[in-house]
Amino acid sequence: MNKAVLTVLAKDRVGIIALVSTRLSQLDVNILDITQTVMDEDVFVMLMLVDINLSKASFHDVQENLRKLGEENGISIRLQREEIFDAMHKI
Amino acid sequence: MAILNTREILDTIRMIEVENLDIRTITMGISLLHCACEDMVKLCDNVYDTVCTRAERLVAVGREIEEQFGIPIVNKRVSVTPIALIAGGTKAEDYTPLALALDRAAKTLGIDFIGGFSALVHKGATKSDQVLINSIPEALACTDFVCSSVNVGSTRAGINMDAVALMGETIKRAALLTAKRDGIGAAKLVAFCNAVEDNPFMAGAFHGVGEADCVINVGVSGPGVVKSALARKQNEPFDVVAETIKKTAFRVTRMGQLVAREASKRLGVPFGIVDLSLAPTPAVGDSVAHILTEMGLEYAGAPGSTAALALLNDAVKKGGVMASGHVGGLSGAFIPVSEDAGMIEAAEIGALTLEKLEAMTCVCSVGLDMIALPGDTPASTIAGILADEAAIGMINNKTTAVRLIPAPGKVAGDSVEFGGLLGRAPIMPVNKYSCAEFIKRGGRIPAPIHSLRN
Repeated sequence: MNKAVLTVLAKDRVGIIALVSTRLSQLDVNILDITQTVMDEDVFVMLMLVDINLSKASFHDVQENLRKLGEENGISIRLQREEIFDAMHKI
Repeated sequence: MAILNTREILDTIRMIEVENLDIRTITMGISLLHCACEDMVKLCDNVYDTVCTRAERLVAVGREIEEQFGIPIVNKRVSVTPIALIAGGTKAEDYTPLALALDRAAKTLGIDFIGGFSALVHKGATKSDQVLINSIPEALACTDFVCSSVNVGSTRAGINMDAVALMGETIKRAALLTAKRDGIGAAKLVAFCNAVEDNPFMAGAFHGVGEADCVINVGVSGPGVVKSALARKQNEPFDVVAETIKKTAFRVTRMGQLVAREASKRLGVPFGIVDLSLAPTPAVGDSVAHILTEMGLEYAGAPGSTAALALLNDAVKKGGVMASGHVGGLSGAFIPVSEDAGMIEAAEIGALTLEKLEAMTCVCSVGLDMIALPGDTPASTIAGILADEAAIGMINNKTTAVRLIPAPGKVAGDSVEFGGLLGRAPIMPVNKYSCAEFIKRGGRIPAPIHSLRN
């Protein structure tokens, strides 16, 4: 397993989950867990725990690919290794 | 099975994006002891080759970690064995060529600073130490990334007042030789009492003789995170303030520990220490002074500042110690005047004086850091200020440092601009009464007694 946390922030609209998960599927990135909510009426927040082990692309390429997808669609997509969150919040 | 915790993840992202949490530096310490030889040209080649080979992947690995973890690493640096220790055999009268070799290595590697153009003279100076100190002004004027430090005192040895007097002259000359750039040479030069061997922060980083061949030290930066955490605790008593800082420092340090471990693994170099200093940057929202104002002071420097800083730094250490396997370096509050927006502001309106800054060093501040003085400040006055700071360090068993910039042609009230992390500094007024006769005495101040404390 090569786990990472994907964070998507955007102005809420139809199709964001579809957009992101379609691209993940094309990249052979497996989704392990999803949580999603809309805050302050229109801020779309989605967090995913993903495994990029199956992907033929490197971590860097997956990250770049998603960043561009975000840019093209006016949303923010961030991919970070899971350890950083564990380090900060777990003893 | 890992479970996503929305609040924790968003907390982390907020700290990085909004509150300027970052890793200030990954500093690779490199031993140059094996480079020593009798020929200066050969020595320069040895130094250049060793640094370039050891640190070849430092910048690339730093970038890789930044990208994969989504945490900015502001600087990648190298510290080396104090040059005075390896250059004696050359019998050269000038060590500037070695500074140039270090600078060339820094440029080849693409790192931000290289430290270790240094001498340790807390008890006495060798011929080599003297040559090095005499070479400092020229070395700093003709290089871009080299940093220099000199240790002039220690709790065990006392204070070498000959070295203090010499450093007064050296600081002055380093500023004069870089007069066109407001004396930036002096901004890359620090004089210490009780210097540490594993400090990742510049300008004082060098790789001590008690260290291994190569080691990774990390310094974190998170004043903005602490300030924001305190902003959510308005009107609470100090117990709550201390607890909040401890928890925040724990998180910040864990981040540093993770980055240090990753860098160490990827570079195949042992992990040394995480330095628990809250280094600020000139960016808005990344200021140590603003933590003090958040605690209820109108400006840093107001009465209460020393107490506030004592609490802050102690809590940072308590929180940080548990978060990291090895803590070291300076681990004190960094309040370089020019590099901290709140300190600049406080100095400009006159809330913060040199004397108050000196008082703050007694509790935990690392020293008088990045303070610009009028250009006509005599060398003896600079030496006097250094002697005072060194005395505080010597008696209190702590590291203290002085990085003063007598900005050529400037007077109190003007300001100087160094750019980048070095920031902008208002010229602070200096006590105008002379200590020339005092400094002229030379010799050593004996090491202090450690019983009968008061």
